[in-house]
Amino acid sequence: MEMNTNQQLMIIGVGNAFRGDDAVGLIVAQHIREHAPNLAVYESSGEGAALMSLWQQAETVLLIDAVSSKSEPGTIHCLDASNQPLPTSWRCFSTHAFGVAEAIELARTLGQLPRQLTVYGIEGGQFALQPGLSPAVEQAVPLVVQRILHDVTSQGTAA
Amino acid sequence: MKNIIKVDYLARVEGEGGLFIKMKDHAVSDVKLRIFEPPRFFEAFLRNRSFREVPDITARICGICPVAYQMSSVHAMEDACGVKVEGPLRELRRLLYCGEWIESHVLHFSMLHAPDFLGYPDAIAMAKDHPDVVKKMLQLKKIGNDIVTFVGGREIHPINICVGGFYRVPTRREMTRRLSESLKEARELAIEAAHWTASLPCPDFEQAYEYVSLQHPDEYPYNEGRLVSNQGLDIPISAFYDHITEEHMAHSTSLHSVLKARGSYHVGPLARYNLNFEKLTPLTQEVAHAIGLGATCHNPFKSIVVRSLETLYACDEALRIIDAYEMPERPAVEVQPRAGVGHGCTEAPRGVLYHRYKIDEQGTILDARIAPPTAQNQRTIEKDLHDFVTPRMDTPHEKLTWECEQVIRNYDPCISCSTHFLTLHIEHEETGSEV
Repeated sequence: MEMNTNQQLMIIGVGNAFRGDDAVGLIVAQHIREHAPNLAVYESSGEGAALMSLWQQAETVLLIDAVSSKSEPGTIHCLDASNQPLPTSWRCFSTHAFGVAEAIELARTLGQLPRQLTVYGIEGGQFALQPGLSPAVEQAVPLVVQRILHDVTSQGTAA
Repeated sequence: MKNIIKVDYLARVEGEGGLFIKMKDHAVSDVKLRIFEPPRFFEAFLRNRSFREVPDITARICGICPVAYQMSSVHAMEDACGVKVEGPLRELRRLLYCGEWIESHVLHFSMLHAPDFLGYPDAIAMAKDHPDVVKKMLQLKKIGNDIVTFVGGREIHPINICVGGFYRVPTRREMTRRLSESLKEARELAIEAAHWTASLPCPDFEQAYEYVSLQHPDEYPYNEGRLVSNQGLDIPISAFYDHITEEHMAHSTSLHSVLKARGSYHVGPLARYNLNFEKLTPLTQEVAHAIGLGATCHNPFKSIVVRSLETLYACDEALRIIDAYEMPERPAVEVQPRAGVGHGCTEAPRGVLYHRYKIDEQGTILDARIAPPTAQNQRTIEKDLHDFVTPRMDTPHEKLTWECEQVIRNYDPCISCSTHFLTLHIEHEETGSEV
């Protein structure tokens, strides 16, 4: 599958379909694809090095993922990651994984961030090994989808 | 003096994951490790699904090694249905696995493990001082990803795999054009990586392991072979649960795999290397010797070097397959279901990954058992921690904690389907105090 290297805009939904609210990034991506089939939308498990190589293909990247930062479940955080580091409370300092936050900070260190990277973090309530979103997170999905579609059209970068 | 070292990471899953070491009267009295949750959920989830769904479902068990899960599962189903996949399709499967070994090994040894050896808290800190080597390793990893995308059809959770083979196979021209040059680049980068990992300062620590891996008469093992050890094990994979049992540990939800005859055992790159060295390509063996590694190695910290050598092997093997590739006549062998039990055992980057399925005459899955490598190594990791810490109990706590994490990382434990954080507690019983 050849990548289109002239992409202006890329949307990446990150998550795990089998871990409760960790699926929300994937679900948001699927909804966006349904509403706007012309947009370049990808789903990712969040493996950091693969993300770093994926987002180098575009100038503007919107990334959606579940976060766990002790806010109310369903809270939508929006962060301009190109201009500021992610809050340390978002970073998963796992000794065994290289995830989204690590990928962003490593890309920043190496000068490999896309020109514009916006992260939509949806506060998750539960991440147990079972499929299905918790109600607060489920309710946040259409809001995030609307927000992203609005941001895309107002930036004038829709494909 | 702090007596409990608690390293708090952001939890995406509450309550799971931890290392607890208790020291009493200058001896290590207890080691409890909880870093892995076996994919029991998936075993239940697979019941009543069609046997043809296994590659797509099991690929979601592990975000880092989906190919390993797919390969073990399709081989098990083909075993149940009495089908063998050979020739160019078999070679394509080996090529796919080369891709996964490259991407998984490089991610681990360069991003997760190397920082330990150089005294950095993570790859980001390491990249500030060593941007060039990090960029090269990311490039090497990307080439591994490219193989998986090209053969498997998608970067993550390959969608091109089915029981019997593939949905689509590339032409020889597509294969050469897409992969030849980049694999040659990868091979050069892998040689550099081997020299780099061998240069990293390495603790002096050796253990007498029972290594377990697949063994094949003609090749370094990926998808096929018998299960062997350096202490007399030599069995067909169908006898897995005749020789290996899972013991439920009171301190965690996980099960420890042990050999019924002799207890803990060690799977993964070090096991494969010690049991199959002569099957590595001449170039890989040559580089091994050049960097000071013999045909055997019993220092688990040297696993970082062995991973880089296996990466080099995978590049060499991928190039051999690409050069000799002939497009298969059909993308898949036809597989008709029949009632029975099937076994599949392949060498995931982290070690032996065994699947067993029972299906009915329609191919509906009645039962599934999955034995992942990390679960099989848990007992061995605890023993390593015990033996490593014992002569080092006077080491300052922060340094000791760090070194314990490094010991665990020798096994590249896969937790992507389970916990995302690790809490460490080291408790000194004689002072009775906790922090």
